[in-house]
Amino acid sequence: MFDLKRYSEAELESGKFTKLWHGPQHPGITGNMSLELTLSGDDVVECKTHVGYLHRGFEKLMERRTYIQNFPVVCRIAVPEPTFNEYMYAAAVEELAGIEVPERAEWLRCLNLEMMRLASFLMWLGGACGSFGMSTVYQWTVTHRDYMLDLFEEMTGARIYHMYISPGGVRAPLPDGFSERALSVMNGIEKLLYEIERVALNNHIFKMRSQDLGIIDPEMVDPYGIVGPNARACGFKRDVRKDAPYLVYDQLDFEVITADKSDAYTRTLVRYQEMHQCISLIRQMLEQMPTKGSFHADLPNVLHWKIPAGQTYVKSECTRGEYGYFLVSDGSEYLRRVTIRGPSYTHAIAVMEKLVVGVNIADVAGLMVSLHTYPPEIER
Amino acid sequence: MKLKDLTSPFYVWQRAFEKPYTQSKPTLNREGAHAYRGFHINDIEKCVGCGTCEEICMNNAIDMVEIAAKDSKKGDSGLVPRFDYGRCCWCALCVDICTTGSLRMSNEYTWAADDPDSFRFTPGVDETSWQDSEHGYRRHPEYDLLKLVRPEMEMLSPDEGLKSFDEVVAGYTHEQAVVEADRCIECEICVATCPANMDIPGYIRAVREENFEEGLRLLYDTNPFSATCGRICTHRCEDDCTISTFGKPLAIRWLKRYIVDQVPAERFAEILNDEITENGHHVSIVGAGPGGMSAAYYLRKKGYGVTVYEAGASGGGMLRYGVPSYRLPDDQLDKDIDYIVSLGVEVKYNTKIGHDIEFQQLMDKSDAIFIATGMDQPSSMRIKGEDHPRVLSGLTVLNDVASHKDPGVGKNVAVIGGGNVAMDAARVCRRLGADVTVLYRRRIVDMPADKDEIKEALEENCNFVLQAIPVLIEDAESSDQVTIQWGEAEMIAEDGKRPRPVLQEDRMHTDTYDSIISAIGQSGDFSFLPQEISDQLKQHWGKFEVDQRQRTAVGKIFIGGDIANDVADAISAIADGKNAAIGIDAFVSS
Ligand SMILES: Cc1cc2nc3c(=O)[nH]c(=O)nc-3n(C[C@H](O)[C@H](O)[C@H](O)COP(=O)(O)OP(=O)(O)OC[C@H]3O[C@@H](n4cnc5c(N)ncnc54)[C@H](O)[C@@H]3O)c2cc1C
Ligand code: SF4
Ligand code: SF4
Repeated sequence: MFDLKRYSEAELESGKFTKLWHGPQHPGITGNMSLELTLSGDDVVECKTHVGYLHRGFEKLMERRTYIQNFPVVCRIAVPEPTFNEYMYAAAVEELAGIEVPERAEWLRCLNLEMMRLASFLMWLGGACGSFGMSTVYQWTVTHRDYMLDLFEEMTGARIYHMYISPGGVRAPLPDGFSERALSVMNGIEKLLYEIERVALNNHIFKMRSQDLGIIDPEMVDPYGIVGPNARACGFKRDVRKDAPYLVYDQLDFEVITADKSDAYTRTLVRYQEMHQCISLIRQMLEQMPTKGSFHADLPNVLHWKIPAGQTYVKSECTRGEYGYFLVSDGSEYLRRVTIRGPSYTHAIAVMEKLVVGVNIADVAGLMVSLHTYPPEIER
Repeated sequence: MKLKDLTSPFYVWQRAFEKPYTQSKPTLNREGAHAYRGFHINDIEKCVGCGTCEEICMNNAIDMVEIAAKDSKKGDSGLVPRFDYGRCCWCALCVDICTTGSLRMSNEYTWAADDPDSFRFTPGVDETSWQDSEHGYRRHPEYDLLKLVRPEMEMLSPDEGLKSFDEVVAGYTHEQAVVEADRCIECEICVATCPANMDIPGYIRAVREENFEEGLRLLYDTNPFSATCGRICTHRCEDDCTISTFGKPLAIRWLKRYIVDQVPAERFAEILNDEITENGHHVSIVGAGPGGMSAAYYLRKKGYGVTVYEAGASGGGMLRYGVPSYRLPDDQLDKDIDYIVSLGVEVKYNTKIGHDIEFQQLMDKSDAIFIATGMDQPSSMRIKGEDHPRVLSGLTVLNDVASHKDPGVGKNVAVIGGGNVAMDAARVCRRLGADVTVLYRRRIVDMPADKDEIKEALEENCNFVLQAIPVLIEDAESSDQVTIQWGEAEMIAEDGKRPRPVLQEDRMHTDTYDSIISAIGQSGDFSFLPQEISDQLKQHWGKFEVDQRQRTAVGKIFIGGDIANDVADAISAIADGKNAAIGIDAFVSS
């Protein structure tokens, strides 16, 4: 294996290495960001990450929109996972404004979030397989993700940007017959997962390429702020859903999934199991959730809704780990400041820059996908 | 390595025998889900052009536009939303907030066109293939962004109320006022309905922001009788409040009252800070009712010397001598009048034009004259015996009570009529201890009186006899009493016209009362006008014809209030006064 020696700036610029821009439009990149790689032969010697291709200024936009106008904005912050943003924003606003959310809304939100997690993981799993050359699996997962989008379409009125969780609750209860359709989609996905286990996770080539790739040393976890499956794969039993239960997670039966070595392969396995866990949670919720009662709290007039001065940090477990919103209100109709802290910020920049050194150029995409990063979430 | 790890990938081949997942879009049109947020649909018959959809849209995707198919009318701006799909993000906040429920979405989501401008379109006007779609997003009935419930106003119980002439309505508490003010969506539809075009959303905002000084300034800018109107205004603005489609209209009147109640009379001058620069012209005003005093206020602010001639002993006109004090306490009326007078308006009380001073004298010495003498002549019932000494006019009874005189109505009274004067007379008689029967020719729904007035009269146990037509009044056995003969009426509608009460001569009744109070309407007395002027002024159904600025055919003479407008309520008189001030200013300076 390549000697993990760090080169000085002068050596890197000396001309004996090749510079390669991986991204911003490389298919193995999980969104618009780029890795400026310095290669010695096929191996990465050094990596600088570059962001800025996606900056849409959400946090600033949000300071210029009223509280209600922001809820259709936030879903756009992480394209494959709009729902987590909707929930975090709503939860933070509710906390600042002291709003009690009705129980039924909590269930519907929780269901929506787990559906989102599953849909997002489907997309991710396809990418994980695709980046190691198995694009057939990608086609399967994207298809089943589409079935999930059909469910979202029914439940929320839209496929991608659901705009369903609004401050105060959700916008509508479940449509008639939704549970049956959702359960049948779940059965389909469960079956698909076993097939994928067979063709990909047990696949010798997949194993060869992903095992020992991008190992996260448990020592790195805290200094680098590594969270979610990336940390759980090396034994950290950390999951906001268990550690600080929100919504109805304390009423659901599930265990935090961990493993003992965080390499690209094990991280895939952890997420794979979490997908099964999602299915189980969705089934539990569809069975237990109340079917009557209010699904939205009474809000003040949203056209001139002022929230007393204050600040709050709320967090939830998204697919990539702890996701947090920091909101500051100043008593006016507008937010004073918003800061969104997604796991991708550290996973795609600091962690990636470290792990990629020594990796073969062909595996860079696979490594990046195995960290499950979303550049749009870095650039709010 | 296990053998399985090498063989299992070949399992993929099994898929070769399955149906493909993909569908070919052009041949197979997949319909959006039932509640899909697709392109907008607007029922422009229902849409009142309130612009709330435009207000909430965070993408500025909506513009309110005029369309040929719709004119602005009472309660409807005539505008409709036009959508720009280059901006819309299909969040449907506009649908959620739509005050009338006219706006919804279809489940159509594909639209291809080579003209980019066609993506800016006006649903309900521009033809679309989805306009009759039954599917698509609608606001869920249990999901309401509008605030539909009005805080309950505290009032004296009917029993309590009957014990005195104390004000019945308590007024909002601070919490109630702020909650109520929060409901306003600032669509401004009410502003067009208010005869004085008061800045209603503005002063409601002042309540919300607890800025009563600003509120007071906004009020008196368009209405110098705000303390009064905050109590007795006919509040037609509330009829057109867009919130009333699904909920209770904003309590606009009570919020106005709330502001004025927060500011003591002594602080008016300092807050309103009306600076007056004399302009050397002089205007005479006949009548110190709301019409006359409103004109005086605005003329004075423009620097005119103003003299108001009033036949009575104090100002306020019918508001003082008609409206009973349990609805409008004297001190509230005084709050307004005293402020107007404090600006240097001269009021000559007990001075009846045509009796104490001739009208011609005013013509000679003034640059302009504004007449607002109101209607104080009771209309005749046109039945035999109505000159019986036990038949009193509603206005006389109310006037007596307002002047702290006993009108001597007795213990058992019949009130004839269904307007506000009838309701006031009935409720005043109840407070004087009489049993009251209200006889009205039509049904309750036809009564011109304010709905609240009818409700409160009923709560105070006024006995309503409806579809009752008086026919004859005669002496009763006792000379202290009077007998009325009346017949039942059937409501008969002829070719689409409003149903008319028709007397059923076989169903006649005779009742005896201590007094009968006639309150079926009133008219003006214009005998003070010299004949040649009277001849020039045009009248129509007992009202003078004036233009928007209250101008008449006689250059110098402006007329307003009950004798000019058809509505005959306080706020219309106030608006007339303001318009006259503008008209007079234009006339004098031209
Ligand atoms: C019983 C009753 C209840 C009412 N309730 C309401 C209500 O709840 N809400 C509402 O909005 N409206 C109400 N109204 C109507 C409202 O009072 C009138 O529309 C309003 O007062 C009209 O104002 P005005 O200035 O035109 O005339 P008025 O208020 O009638 O004032 C005219 C003034 O001119 C004086 N005057 C007349 N002739 C002469 C003369 N020759 N020389 C000098 N002075 C003269 C009179 O003394 C009087 O003071 C009510 C009316 C009545 C009678
Ligand atoms: S759907 Fe949303 S973005 Fe589109 S017009 Fe309505 S409020 Fe604006
Ligand atoms: S909110 Fe509804 S009623 Fe008001 S303008 Fe928009 S579409 Fe029309």
